[in-house]
Amino acid sequence: MIELNSQRLEDFKERYPYFKIFAGVTFLLLFLHLWYLQVFKGSEFRRLSETNCIRIREQIADRGMILDRKGRILAHNRPSFEVFLVPEDSKRNPEVLGKVSTLLHLPLEEMEEKLRREKKRPAYRPIKIKSDIDWDQLCLLESNLIHLPGLQVDVIPRRFYPYGTLASHLIGYLGEIDENELKERRDQKYRIGAFIGKSGVESLWERDLKGVDGGRQVEVDALGREIRQLGRIESIPGHNVILTIDLDLQRVAEEAFEGKNGALVAMDPKTGKILAMVSKPSFDPSIFARGVSPAEWKELLEDPFSPLQNKAIQGQYPPGSVFKIVTAIAGLETGAIHPHTQFHCNGTFPYGNRSFRCWKEKGHGAISLHRALVESCDVYFYQVGLKVGVDGIAYYASKLELGKKTGISLSHEKTGTVPSTSWKKKRFGVPWYSGETLSLAVGQGYLNSTPLQLAQLISIIANGGKIYVPQLVERVENLYGELVRECPPVEIGKVDISEETLRIVREALRGVVHDPHGTGAGCALKGFQIAGKTGTAQVIRMPDDFKRGQLYRLPLKYRDHAWFVAFAPYEDPKIALSVLVEHGGFGAVAAVPIARKLIEAFFHLPPSTPEKGPKDLEEEEYD
Amino acid sequence: MIDRRLFTHFEWRILGVVLLLSSIGLLNLYSFTSNGEGTLSPLFLKQMLWLGIGLVVMWAVAFIEYRYYADFAYPIFFILLFLLILVFGFGVITSGARRWIRMGSFSFQPSELMKIALIIALAKFYQRPPDRKGYSLKELSLPFLFLLMPVILILKQPDLGTAIILILIFFSILLFVKIRFSSLLLLMGIGAALIPLGWSLLKEYQKKRILTFLNPELDPLGAGYHLIQSKVAIGSGGVLGKGFMKGTQCKLGFLPEPHTDFIFSALAEEWGLVGCSVVMGLYLILILWGLRVVIQSKDRFSAILSFGAVSMLFWHTFINMGMAMGMMPVVGIPLPLLSYGGSFLLSTMMGIGILFNVSMRRFLF
Repeated sequence: MIELNSQRLEDFKERYPYFKIFAGVTFLLLFLHLWYLQVFKGSEFRRLSETNCIRIREQIADRGMILDRKGRILAHNRPSFEVFLVPEDSKRNPEVLGKVSTLLHLPLEEMEEKLRREKKRPAYRPIKIKSDIDWDQLCLLESNLIHLPGLQVDVIPRRFYPYGTLASHLIGYLGEIDENELKERRDQKYRIGAFIGKSGVESLWERDLKGVDGGRQVEVDALGREIRQLGRIESIPGHNVILTIDLDLQRVAEEAFEGKNGALVAMDPKTGKILAMVSKPSFDPSIFARGVSPAEWKELLEDPFSPLQNKAIQGQYPPGSVFKIVTAIAGLETGAIHPHTQFHCNGTFPYGNRSFRCWKEKGHGAISLHRALVESCDVYFYQVGLKVGVDGIAYYASKLELGKKTGISLSHEKTGTVPSTSWKKKRFGVPWYSGETLSLAVGQGYLNSTPLQLAQLISIIANGGKIYVPQLVERVENLYGELVRECPPVEIGKVDISEETLRIVREALRGVVHDPHGTGAGCALKGFQIAGKTGTAQVIRMPDDFKRGQLYRLPLKYRDHAWFVAFAPYEDPKIALSVLVEHGGFGAVAAVPIARKLIEAFFHLPPSTPEKGPKDLEEEEYD
Repeated sequence: MIDRRLFTHFEWRILGVVLLLSSIGLLNLYSFTSNGEGTLSPLFLKQMLWLGIGLVVMWAVAFIEYRYYADFAYPIFFILLFLLILVFGFGVITSGARRWIRMGSFSFQPSELMKIALIIALAKFYQRPPDRKGYSLKELSLPFLFLLMPVILILKQPDLGTAIILILIFFSILLFVKIRFSSLLLLMGIGAALIPLGWSLLKEYQKKRILTFLNPELDPLGAGYHLIQSKVAIGSGGVLGKGFMKGTQCKLGFLPEPHTDFIFSALAEEWGLVGCSVVMGLYLILILWGLRVVIQSKDRFSAILSFGAVSMLFWHTFINMGMAMGMMPVVGIPLPLLSYGGSFLLSTMMGIGILFNVSMRRFLF
């Protein structure tokens, strides 16, 4: 135990009086101030407290606009008149509820229910009774306001999307803030009932778009009418977000999908900037801005074609023959084949106890790499697949960014799947069967990718191997058009694939569109060089005796998905795109014309009929 | 260990003051937590339970010979520091701040107990007397470290109120133990120089936040609104108050956290100038008695220990009341024995226990 020291205690005694006086004086000050508040100003405060008459009137900040790359407005605000009731002011005049009910044609019970639900909240807080009333109702209320204590009509900015469903997945929508979001954003001063971006750009750029809410502290009389203003904070409007998409191109793309479901992604292969992004069916984000009704919500959720899902980043489909690009690269890079390696295709390829078919029943005969890509010969790629092996293909697929998120600034992006031996062991606990390598080589089986991933894949091929993060936002500006933030292209690396391999593949892809038997001939435009690849993603495995021509007799949900990826112009690519038509059947028939329309619009070419008429397409069926 | 003489020197009247304040606190809490249906609110029941625990803890702190505190001063301090780090990593988040550690169904805030641990550690350090002129800055580097470590951790939680209390306790003790006059000047000079430098480094929104903190009226929709409502509550109480259970301001939800930070407004609204004067008088009795305990103590350790406890009670009382009346920035500092909160009640009871402890042993040894 330590020895306690008793030296120099007199120091403490010396200072004791000062501390005593200090404590006494502070308490005297406290008491005097208390006296001032309770006696001197007591009657004034008592009056204020009896009427409970200090209120906060919120002023919601104008949310920033969303614009296309040329400055055209995709989302802005319109004034909306909303009716509020302050329970504290209306409770002394119970007849108010009845009057409001008749003026607004609102059932009395519904209003009472609303007030009951908010009972826990402070009584001086206004409760929203009805939003977005029309002009007639507004005039009626305003002229009667003097007889309606506690009623308050506020002008509130409400989100409006002038083009309706256009690019709705990309723009996203607003909704009332929920409890979790309130907790997460505690530092940002959101109020209960505030609107917040729930998806798309509206959600991811919330911080820029939101602005800062303001408001006024006012004194009201016994009828809830404003007497004087005690304090005021101006709201600060949010920033405008300028997107990389082009409204004209987006519109062409959406119109090209008329009557079809699926997704499209068009990007600038030299920057990764998204030029258009479509997901069909779509929805009208305006219905969320006014508060979606339970019936509307149910309908959206239960729609079998999932309109709320952004299929461009969330839809995962087998890439089908588009994947032959990857298989070809894997074959060339590993040395399993060289450009002149020939295989023989007689329409089927027996392997194990199964026979794997080529889409062309008659077979392609002796065929080398260029023609195998151009005519999309399955048998050729079965053999390339067997030579390279599953893990070799998987290695090159992930080099080309498949099986992982692209990192686009949209939430809930899906990764897709690139199977490998270790993946299958982990996922199913069983070893890889070599027969499955054949399916993988032609883009079927466990393989899955999103339309955005395939757009990025074709972009990488087009630009000579550079990988860009797909980008949606060009820049952020403030109200006065001053730059707040710029989003330069983000290059995350270069794929480790030789120039020569990429050149061979690119040339073959040009052949897909321009060679005599190319599967993408439907996209050929006069005097314009385009490169592409078609694909068909199987939804169900066809029975062995199934004839391809009978496809259209299948119910829609069993029909194959159609793919087309392309870039143009061939020499100096300015646009790379991927098109997916759900249950569209063959890539060549369903997806190619959409791509053609988009390329025509992008380069301002006159609309044309393809060099090869649809008649030829019907005769020969392409994969 | 427990000497019979201890009881003869026990200050029963002060215990009476403590019990009286606690009862007023319970009554006040009952008034605005009651729902008018006659059942007791869980908040009230929990506070009663904490009060029971608090009295036992006070007793225990008072009866353990304070020499033991000197022996274990540093280990206690570092255990609390460790708990603060633990809160940082695994604490329970309530209202956006990470302050609590959960033990079974009870959770407590180590930052509250840190106040006591800091007082003990500083008393241990300063028990070795300085030379005639006082402590030099170099000698003070270790105590500064004692302050800095918990303050940084507590600010991170974030809990500005408790951090401010730790700082105030620290500087009160510093003035009490005598610091060299030149060192004091230097310290003040450094402080004065740092303020404009720090200010220029702050971002615009941070400056704005500090300015509204110093003058809540700049933010009429946030702190300013609460402040004016608090003033309305206090002022409307008048001389005699609106009467028990008759207050309206706090019940209607005009005040945030009326059961902790703005408890005084609720008291003033219902009991008026008369009731508040009684409560303020009781606090003053407690504090002046505490100061007498300090100068009657027989050694440096117990003198500084009890002084730390008095300064803790004083600053809590003064800042809380001053804030409610609008004399001071709005900061979350609760009122001893009146505000709701278990950990805070425990640290208050420990502080009072320390005063009893030293007071009882002033004629021993």
